[in-house]
Order: sequence, then structure tokens, then C-alpha cells
Amino acid sequence: MLEQQLVNALSLGCVYALFALGFTLVFGVLGVINLSHGAIFMIGAYAALQAVTKLAFPLWASLIAALVIAGAFGFVIDLLILKPLRKRNAPHLIPMIATIGLAIFFNNASQGLFGAENLRFPNEVVPNEQLHFAGVQISVLELAIVLLSFALMTGLLLVMRRTQLGRALRAIAESPKAAALLGINVEGLFYLTSTVAAALGGVAGVLIALYSNAVFPLMGQPMLHKGIAVIILGGMGDIRGALLGGLFLGFAEVMSVAYIGSTMRDAVAFGLLFLVLLLRPQGMFGKVLERKA
Amino acid sequence: MEWFDNFWAVYSNLVLTIGINALLALSIWLTLSCGLLAMANAAFMGIGAYTASLLTMNVGAPFPVALAGGVIAPTLVALAIGGPTLRLSGVYLAMATLGFGEVVRVLILNAESFTGGALGLNGIPQQTQWWHVVLALVVVLLLLWRLRRSRIGRAFEAIKEDGVAASLMGIGVMAHKMLAFALGAAIAGLAGALNAHLTFFIGPSEFGFDRGVDILTMAILGGTSGLTGPVLGALIVTLLPELLRGFKDFRTMLNGAILVLIVLFLPKGLWDPLRFRQWFARAPRKPAPATVGER
Amino acid sequence: MLKLTQVSKRFGGLSVLQDVSFDVPAGSVFGLIGPNGAGKTTVFNLITGLLAPSGGTIEFDGRSLVGVAPHQITRRGLGRTFQNIRIFKEMSLLENVVVGMHAHLTYGVPALLFSLPGFRAQERASHAKALELLSWVGLDHKASDVADNLSYGDQRKLELARALATEPRLLLLDEPVAGMNSGEKVELMALIQRIAQRGYTIFMIEHDMRFVMGLCQRIAVLNFGRIIAEGTPAEIQSNPAVIEAYLGREDDEAIAEGAR
Repeated sequence: MLEQQLVNALSLGCVYALFALGFTLVFGVLGVINLSHGAIFMIGAYAALQAVTKLAFPLWASLIAALVIAGAFGFVIDLLILKPLRKRNAPHLIPMIATIGLAIFFNNASQGLFGAENLRFPNEVVPNEQLHFAGVQISVLELAIVLLSFALMTGLLLVMRRTQLGRALRAIAESPKAAALLGINVEGLFYLTSTVAAALGGVAGVLIALYSNAVFPLMGQPMLHKGIAVIILGGMGDIRGALLGGLFLGFAEVMSVAYIGSTMRDAVAFGLLFLVLLLRPQGMFGKVLERKA
Repeated sequence: MEWFDNFWAVYSNLVLTIGINALLALSIWLTLSCGLLAMANAAFMGIGAYTASLLTMNVGAPFPVALAGGVIAPTLVALAIGGPTLRLSGVYLAMATLGFGEVVRVLILNAESFTGGALGLNGIPQQTQWWHVVLALVVVLLLLWRLRRSRIGRAFEAIKEDGVAASLMGIGVMAHKMLAFALGAAIAGLAGALNAHLTFFIGPSEFGFDRGVDILTMAILGGTSGLTGPVLGALIVTLLPELLRGFKDFRTMLNGAILVLIVLFLPKGLWDPLRFRQWFARAPRKPAPATVGER
Repeated sequence: MLKLTQVSKRFGGLSVLQDVSFDVPAGSVFGLIGPNGAGKTTVFNLITGLLAPSGGTIEFDGRSLVGVAPHQITRRGLGRTFQNIRIFKEMSLLENVVVGMHAHLTYGVPALLFSLPGFRAQERASHAKALELLSWVGLDHKASDVADNLSYGDQRKLELARALATEPRLLLLDEPVAGMNSGEKVELMALIQRIAQRGYTIFMIEHDMRFVMGLCQRIAVLNFGRIIAEGTPAEIQSNPAVIEAYLGREDDEAIAEGAR
């Protein structure tokens, strides 16, 4: 029934939102579409898995490990790849192409390192009790996902809206040159954004890995496609958009699987994407204007 | 001649694939030359491939008719979605066309009765001869070369640099973008039709994001300042897996690494006439007279 | 030639132009001045079709320009330069100017595909004409240089040559001498006078008072989106509303220049 579907959609939507959040942060602040975000998502999942299986970390610690490692990757990518392209003032499609190359590299590297099969978190580690209230059923895992996602997203929103740091980031999103003239440490904040965005992506990776109990090298790709759909839907560069867009997509997918059939599931994301772009390209919250230099 | 027969027996597929990939790289070069990063050419290739194959397999159409169908179908689709899509610029256009590509892939996947779904179409008559590919490539190269040397080519370049300024030069920007987009779709469709009748099997996964990235890599790697670049890029990207056979699983990794390195260090690709001119200019030379329409 | 009647423009709740009416007579040199932010470039954007007016009419030779696409407006005979130069940086000077001739090249696809005589003749003629226009602005010796390498002043001259290539009857110049030193300004002033003598109608936006007063036969003054005065240079200079608009806005340079 509807309430149960909504509950199912909630946890899925939260993970989509979390992934899209990192994606949209990088677009909003750096002006780059980072198509290696899916690979980072995957790296987070593998990092957590290794932490649990090889280092016997408890689950919460492996989440932190994923966060740190994914964040580190984000930082290095920014330092080695995105920064030189910024210095060169490359038109923004160029960094996007570089991130495509990175994604290919990472995806296949992980296949070489870990093999192409589906790996799983060991059963003991994954909580699987179910909770019941108000006539709906939700697993502890799903609840944890929802709570964690909301915590992270709320934290991010608070930072963006209420702190000096957030104001600085929003200024950069409007116009990096103007922000620099105001004395904002733009380069430093670029590093920070890339790192935090990657960290969020890594956490999303672990959560999906737990949710669907599968870790495999190409797991980032379908996620990337959905992330693109989410940020177009919600408005590129806007955090509320990523949030609402993610939830909306989760909802739409669950509904379509329940009432139409699972084969069309991937098409839902892209059908929506296409419609939005044709009818209202800026999405729910995006601005139509291109950003100034 | 014997070594040639041996060579051909082993490598004919590879050579023809290079030609077909060159067509694909040129199709995306065309859209790039107008400033459009349209990632839909893989999908157009798929539409062309399926249309042509269904024509030969289900209707028994002669090869030229199937090829024509493979060209016309994606062109019509491009014209249909071009209107609203091409109003988008830059990253939005890239996203929209990526999305469109995925929609097409999923549609193919789901229209099982027509397209064989995930299993694809098997047993397509292998009708592509070497001369088909050569002819197609020559015709397309000639067409694109002539376009570049005309007001249409100049209009593309102006639009690519600054669409607003271009419109104030009297250039109908939307009409030109449509032309680039639809013609690119036609060329990609032709490549798809030829490819289907070469490999005798096609499946939906061949025309998705990965193929789109491959095509883009070929164009970017080879260089986008002229027609030589995409062809060179196609040559390298097709041969590279063969040359790297020894590296086994690391081939695709290398693909990705190459893409990153090219973007970082050779932003205009391998074939960059400006860079060559700089190299040669280091040797003392008479200054060239002001030539008109050099490129 | 160009007639604006009660033109207004609003962006959401913000009213940028209100009740703007003036006439640019054929064959004249007309100036639009006003403090920064008064809305002058918006007027140009409305005329060239990049923006649509919220109200009022814009007529060129008696035909309305509202709702007409920019490239069609250019084809009707309006050429334009931009405040923040928009030349095609990666093309050569010659190619920049030849692009301006796009609308006047009439060969079709078969002609260009098979390099028919009509195609070749038109291409030759257009390149020759482009070279001539470049020599007019004194840039023909750099015809095959890449436009990005030009000095600022030369880039403005290139834009002018390119606008002339569209064979306009009315030339819209948006701050043609902004950022130039006085030597370059004098040069450009002479150039614009030569262009006007050839029969082009010129409509310019400028801040440099001496430049405007020296060149223009009629001037309109825009302040806070409204026309506060229109007339000859002498009339404008002695108009109290105009003086107050500039004094009240701390436009030091304008005061100093106007007082001369």
C-alpha cells in the first residue's frame, strides 16, 4: 500500500539526494560537472568493505573510513586535475571530459584490483531487524540511512545558510572573481568543496552498498546517471534542489516499479530528466542565468 | 599479393572498424565545430543500426535502401528533438543529450518484439564491403571539407565562439545548430548501419554512455581543429586495444588515463596545426603573404 | 529612421526603462548618454531583439522590430558593436569581417559542395571587400593575424569593421571608445565622422562627453530609465535637469568635462 511504498522510497531517495548533493556542490561552487563522482561513490563502498573485511572495523568506523578515503580522493583529483585546468581558464566542458577519463580509470582499476564480481558485506555486520509502526515496516538499516542522510544534509544546509563559510561558498558560486576580490580564499575553498563533496559521495556509496548488498566496480555508473537526473530536476548548483530532487526520484522510481514494472525503472530517471530539460531547463530551484566569471 | 590476402583475412574487420569509427568521430566533430557538446551520437548510431538491420532482416530490403533508412531515421529524430534541446547551452545540452541517449537505450531494451530486447539482433547479413566504408568516408570528408570552406562553416565557428554576436551578424543561429545536429545524426546513423552489417550482431548496450565516451575520446584525442584530427583519433583509439593486448585488463584503464592526460597536456588534441606551425616557425623562414581562408 | 515610442522594460518587479521615446533621424549621428546604470545598453538590447520590451513600440523605417529575431533585425539593416568587445577571438581579422557578410552571401548548398563558379565568385568578392573594410579602419596589414592578439583599441576597430560588413543602414555603437587613450579616441572620432559622411546613420552610447558633444547632432539623455532631455548638444549642455542628473550622481569625469 501507499504508505509502505512511501517509506521504501524515503530511504532510496535519501541516498540519491546524498549522492546528488556532492555532485551539485561541485557544480555550484567550482562550475564543473564532475563525472568521476560515480567512481568516488564506488571507492567509498570498497573502502568501507575493505575496512570491515580486512581490518575488522565495526560498521560505523568503516563509514568514517569511507568518508575519509573518498574525501582524500576528491582532494587529490582537485589538486592534480581540476586545479591545473582552472589555472588555464579552460571552458567548463574540458574538465568534464577529464573527469570522464578519471572515472574510466578508477572503474577499471578497481575491477583489476578487486575483480568484477558482486561483493557483499558480511552478514554479521549488516543490521537486518525490522521495525513496525503505524502499519508500515522499515528495517533498521533503512532507518539508519534516512537518519544519517538527513543529519548530513541538514548539517550542510546549516553551514551554507548560517555560517560565514557558507556565505563565502555562495559568493564563489555567484562569481569567483568577485569573491576573490572580497578577500575570500577561493582556491582553499575549492579544495574544501571537492573534498567534502567526495566524502558525501563516498558515504552514499557505503549506504547503497548496504541497502542493495552489492559492491561491484561499475556501481557508480548508474548512480551517476541518476545523479545527473536529480540535479537537473532540482536545479543545478542548488542544495535544496538536490535534496528534493533526490527524494522525488526515489519516489518516482519506487512508484513506477510498483505500478508499471521494474524494467522501466532506469527509464524513469531519464524520462524525467528529458522532460524537465525541455519544459523547464533550470529545474526546480536553478537559475537560468549562466554564472559570471 | 599473398601477404596482402593474409593480412586482409586477419585484419579486414579491424580496418573497416577504423573507417566506421572515423565516421563516428567526424559526426561528433561536426557538432563540436558548432559549439554543441551533443552526446547523443551514440544513440543516433544505435537508431541507424537498428533501423537498417530491421529493414534487411524483416523486410528483405536491398542494402542501399537499408543504409538510406539508417541515415534517415536518426536524422528525423534529431530534427524532432532538436528544437527544444538545442535551445539549451553548454552543460545543459550535454546533460540533455546524455539523458536522451539513455532513454533510447532503455526504449530499445524494452521494445523486445521489435528489437530483441537485451539479447539484441543476431544474424544480420554481413553485407558491408570495404568499398562501402571507403566510399562513405570519402563522401563525408568531402562534404565536411566543403562546408568548412563556405559561409556555413564560418557561421558554425562564429556560433561556437559567441552565439549572440553571431546572431547579430545576420546568422540564423538555431537553423545552423539544427543543421549541425541533424547532419551529425545522419553520419552517426550511417556508421551504425554499416557497423551492424559488419559485425552481424547488435545489442542495446553498444549504443549507450560508453560508446558515447569512446566517440568523444576519439575526437578530443585526435584534435578538433580540422578534419584530420578525428580520423587520427579514430585510428588510435581503435588500434590501441589491439596494441595493448599484452596489458589485458589494464587496457581500459589506459584509455581513461590517456583521456585525462590529453586534456591536461594537449588540450587541442594530437593534430593541432597551430602547434605544428609554432614548431616549424622556430626555424628561420620568410614570412608568408597574407593568405585568405588558410584553413 | 529609428523610432522608439513609450518603450518600457521590467525585469520581474524591477522597472529598468519607462516611457522611453525618441527619434533617430536618417543620416544623423545620434547619441544616448546618461549616468551609469541608467539603462542605455538595455535600450540597445531591446532594439536589436536580444530582449523584448514590456511595453511600447520600436520601429525601423516604419516596420516594427518587436518580436523579430536578432538575425532578422540585422538583415533589415542594423549593425551593432558591443560595450565589452565581442569579436571572434580565435578567427583571423579577415575571417571576422567575412563572417559579417554572411547574410549577403547567397549561394546554396549545391554551389558550395561542387565549388561552382557562383560560389567562388562570391567568396572572392567577399574576401576582397573584407580586406577593403579592414584597410578603412587601418588594420589590413594584420588581416591574417588572430584576433585575440590585437590591442584593445584595435579590437574595437575590428568590431567596427565587422559591423560595417553587415551592410547596415543604421550603426549602433555601444561605448565605442571606452577604455581607449586620448590618441586612440581622436583616431576613432575621425573614423566615425568618415563613416557618417558616407551616409550611414549612427546611434551611439557613450560616457565621454567631449566625444559625444563633438560628434553628435542630436542627443538624448537617459536617467533612472527615463528620458529627461533630448536636443542639440548646446541644448543638452545647458539643460538644468541634465546637469543635476550628473551632479547628483558623483560622476566626476562628466562634471569636469561638461564644465569645459
